Amino acid sequence: MPRKKILDLSVDWLSILDYEGNADKILEPALDNETLEKFYRTMVITRLFDDKALKLQRQGRMLTFGSCLGQEASQIGSAFAMKSDDWFFPAFREHGVQIARGIPMKLLYIYWMGSEDANLMLPHRNFTVAIPVSTQVLHAVGAALAAKIQKQNIASVVYFGDGATSEGDFHEGMNFAGVFKTPTVFVCQNNQYAISLPREKQTASKTLAQKALAYGFEGIQVDGNDVLAVYSATEAALLKAKSGGGPTLIECFTYRLGAHTTSDDPTRYRKKEEEEEWRKKDPIKRFRTYLEKKGIWNQSYEDKLLKEASEEIEKAVEEAEAYSPVVENMFKYVYAEITPDLKEQMDELLGFIAKRKR
Amino acid sequence: MAKLNMVQAINLALQEEMQKDPAVVVLGEDVGVDGGVFRVTEGLLDRFGSERVIDTPLAESGITGTAIGMAVSGLKPVAEIQFEGFSYMTIDQLAAHASRIRYRTRGRYHCPMVIRAPYGGGVKALEHHSEAVATFFIHIPGLKVVIPSSPYDAKGLLLSSIRDPDPVFYFEPKKLYRAFREEVPEGEYTVPLGEGKKLTEGNNVTVISWGAMVRVCEEALEKVKDISVELIDLRTLSPLDEKIIMNSVRKTGRCVIVHEEPKTLGFGGEIIARINEKAFLYLEAPVKRVTGYDIPVPLPKLEDIYLPDAEKVAQAIKETVHF
Repeated sequence: MPRKKILDLSVDWLSILDYEGNADKILEPALDNETLEKFYRTMVITRLFDDKALKLQRQGRMLTFGSCLGQEASQIGSAFAMKSDDWFFPAFREHGVQIARGIPMKLLYIYWMGSEDANLMLPHRNFTVAIPVSTQVLHAVGAALAAKIQKQNIASVVYFGDGATSEGDFHEGMNFAGVFKTPTVFVCQNNQYAISLPREKQTASKTLAQKALAYGFEGIQVDGNDVLAVYSATEAALLKAKSGGGPTLIECFTYRLGAHTTSDDPTRYRKKEEEEEWRKKDPIKRFRTYLEKKGIWNQSYEDKLLKEASEEIEKAVEEAEAYSPVVENMFKYVYAEITPDLKEQMDELLGFIAKRKR
Repeated sequence: MAKLNMVQAINLALQEEMQKDPAVVVLGEDVGVDGGVFRVTEGLLDRFGSERVIDTPLAESGITGTAIGMAVSGLKPVAEIQFEGFSYMTIDQLAAHASRIRYRTRGRYHCPMVIRAPYGGGVKALEHHSEAVATFFIHIPGLKVVIPSSPYDAKGLLLSSIRDPDPVFYFEPKKLYRAFREEVPEGEYTVPLGEGKKLTEGNNVTVISWGAMVRVCEEALEKVKDISVELIDLRTLSPLDEKIIMNSVRKTGRCVIVHEEPKTLGFGGEIIARINEKAFLYLEAPVKRVTGYDIPVPLPKLEDIYLPDAEKVAQAIKETVHF
């Protein structure tokens, strides 16, 4: 047998909105003005939420915090393609998705101020933040497999970054999803850096999207600063997932405009000029231009939105700071029922605290 | 002689050993261009180049397994795991391979590698960034486990760890990274593995600890000035310096063990068992433990009450002495 090519696969790039506010007429999703306005509003709220968190952190009122500045289109576009009964598995930077999914900002602040108690109140099918990179990928595959077994017409959507694609858990999750044809959408926000490591040193692959092909399903690279493109790609992937078509990997090509977290100093590993180039591609500004052309956005709308959003955020911060964590919760939730041993440890600590107060 | 903090002392050890021994290579996430998230590997890339200071893709199991391959091929890798909460990913490679290559090959191959990772609480960090996980690694036969509590020891112990012919997990108490400075000599000196250190001489009670908790014990001593305490910093948890423990407990007859790791199966339990085996008849009180609770380390709002502190340790010392 002669040697011959047996595989010829390719990866698409999707972008719908240009920087002048024009959408591709064929690809433009059919969204009403109300929905478009909701997208914009959520992107703006996310940015203000994020900015407030950074300020609080600098004042010592928050923990280390990973900003999602610049990734709002990737997050909001994909989040609004989901239904509320779809499973959402975040990494740790998905504040925009969380806000779009209706998680009260107060809870997000309580968590990032340092209390697990916030998670007790998470709305249905919104999983907890995953700090260890890529671990959540498998959980999303498991949740999707469960949905399949239980004959529920839902999908799971999991978020992770470019760095996560190097972890074993990513490969295992993708492989399981391919083998079991699970209704899973993998949203990889390729923000070009895993802390200091640039994307090209993370993997020799030309795209991250192409990794899906090795596991037998579709991967697509999407303009991650184009909220319409991200929405369309995610919506299509979810539709396919729920109709038995299996998983999809969506690589949102975007940029982390801020530091990795408040503990990081990006000037050590990248140039200001590069950041400036990406700042010009601001996803919010880009979408605003489109909305302005459509007559949805104007300056007085913006002023009103900023005022309302700021008030909402201030209120959330105030409520979060007023929350004081419950000591007993440390022991109460280790097992369904507190063990005699843990009860003893808890009583000892409570006794110690009471004694110290006296 | 310069006064250095622990980050600088570890950095100095790496600089000197890399200079001296071309087989030493550093690898890990963000260790090169960024100099490590705690700046422990700062300046190494510029000095030794990207073949010896390797920024790896984000993969802890990958880093550990690759280090094993390097070690059996004649290099001496010093791999960094960015935070202890991600060290669970190393256990497969360490327990299944690194720790037993010498045993499995009857000495034909061995695995002289070091894994460095910051550990422990008290720095108001995110989940998985405040844990004390040494117990998992102490339980792996063939792997050594080291935890310094001072800049001087940090350098000396790291040099010994790199030169050791067997794999070593070297935990760095991140709470102490920049907590204080002390004289750290440049150039050659080592602190041997497997040897604890007496920090104070005393007759009433032995207090045993390691890592960041050593400083908590020192604070506690200020609260029990009327009690003569012999404070021991174990420095190496595996192999254990049994001699220093037994000599002290046979003298004082009383003992308190302080560790950040959870109580159940924490190393304190093992030390008590050894004391029972070798110094039982000298005991005048039950050996007490001050430890983390058997719960996941809470997020910072409740972290302070979770961690052993000077007051808890002082109370345990008093209860043991007045038993």
